Amino acid sequence: MSLSRKTAVAGVYEHPTRFAPDKSMFQIMAESVRGALDDAGLTIKDVDGLATTGMGMGGMGIIGFADYLNLTPNYVDSTAIGGSSFVAHTAHAAAAIAAGLCEVCIVVYGSTAASSRFAIGTGGAGGSSDPPDQYDAPFGVTTVGAYAMIAQRHMHDYGTTSEQLAEIAVTMRLHASMNPVAKYRDPITVADVLASRVISSPLHLLDCCIISDGGGALVITSAERARSLKKKPVYILGVGEAVRHAARGQRDYLDIAAAQSGKLAFERSGVAHKDIDMAMIYDSFTITVLSTLENLGFCKRGEGGAFVSGGRLRYDGAFPINTDGGGLSSNHPGMRGIFLVIEAAKQLRGECGPRQVKNCKTALVHGTGGALGTRHSGATLILSNH
Amino acid sequence: MPDPKEKKYAKPLPHLDEENRPWWEALKRHELYIQKCRDCAEIRYYPRALCTNCLSSRTEWIRAKGRGTVYTFTATYQNGAAGFRESLPYIMAYVELDEGLKMLTNLVECRPEEVKIGMPVEVVYEDVTPEVTLAKFRPAR
Repeated sequence: MSLSRKTAVAGVYEHPTRFAPDKSMFQIMAESVRGALDDAGLTIKDVDGLATTGMGMGGMGIIGFADYLNLTPNYVDSTAIGGSSFVAHTAHAAAAIAAGLCEVCIVVYGSTAASSRFAIGTGGAGGSSDPPDQYDAPFGVTTVGAYAMIAQRHMHDYGTTSEQLAEIAVTMRLHASMNPVAKYRDPITVADVLASRVISSPLHLLDCCIISDGGGALVITSAERARSLKKKPVYILGVGEAVRHAARGQRDYLDIAAAQSGKLAFERSGVAHKDIDMAMIYDSFTITVLSTLENLGFCKRGEGGAFVSGGRLRYDGAFPINTDGGGLSSNHPGMRGIFLVIEAAKQLRGECGPRQVKNCKTALVHGTGGALGTRHSGATLILSNH
Repeated sequence: MPDPKEKKYAKPLPHLDEENRPWWEALKRHELYIQKCRDCAEIRYYPRALCTNCLSSRTEWIRAKGRGTVYTFTATYQNGAAGFRESLPYIMAYVELDEGLKMLTNLVECRPEEVKIGMPVEVVYEDVTPEVTLAKFRPAR
């Protein structure tokens, strides 16, 4: 059974806040739900599916959020695989709707990561009592450190440079300068990135995503119902998800989850790489983007450094990505998978103003959760406006 | 000046249980082991009760030579967690043992600028508490 074009993203909303000490996580989430339902032209009474997870949320937080909004959904999904969770939630919602488990599913995320002063990337301390953590946590593994080791190996094997990684950060900042709600909007240069302090070698401060508050929500429904709603449907063509980990001590660390989830999404969608007009690639760090593009097959392994150079990734370049400014410049409230889907949908609806990608018909979304250098998940969606 | 030896060890410690205790007890004796499946001969790290290739519970403990090469590394200059914030920068690395398994560890007795991928390293045992010894690595001598 193919999922292609059976379901659609019918409503999206990105909460404009980047710093909200006056709001709770659930309030940000609820305001995001209201925004996405308004965008779709639906009401809370139409909602019969709910998907969420969160960093500050308890293990059964989805029930708490249903309580907060007095929702009694027929379908719930609290898949928690890090920042990619909301991309996976979208995939699962599409399958659930196609299978008849629900009709209108909300995917929502919110966080006060900045105002609650989470040390997300550099707060590496104790892990859980799960077996793998016993062999990582004693050595001071941080999120940025785990990604930095991927960058170091990539540089060693393929001659990738800090300048090439820096161009990714520079491009994201250019895009953020065209996004009125982005947190950091002043242009930066490659020299600025290289001059910023090293957090975990070879990654500099400006190779790392920011920390903000924020939230967002999606409305997923059947393609048929979406066609009757306010906005142009953004059809879900293909989905894929995967994990990578230590592989009993035998992993090739430059092989990441995107290789598997991307292949699945392309096969399931029937779309080819050349058909992708823009992509939203989780940019926790500059190396995340480079490695993801290689593993998704947009360039060969080892060629990522050249691929991201020369303005290719700009909104007006040959392969535009992260036109909202990404996690590197716009927002990163702990996890940002939801924003990848929101911006891709807006691009496909032609709502992006000065940063609009011309003639944008098909987009790819790839979320990464966890850390490339230890354990992580990848979730891929291929979306289209026709 | 307080004697640093008097200070409580603040970094995270592993949770010892019946599954992993033989491995940690060997480290306490300054011995490094990997596991090998007695049925399919697959080797694995970290220690666990079942072979991930064939799910056999029949496990052989193999004494590792304690030598390997740096597969990748990073020097960390920012970590706010207790124990680490006092020891910046520190070097985290994957070491590929001669036996073919990669271990996350720290490189010690060297400066960040001296570390190169492919560099030969050897195990050093750091007794951090009476119960726990960590396997770290230094440039091979």
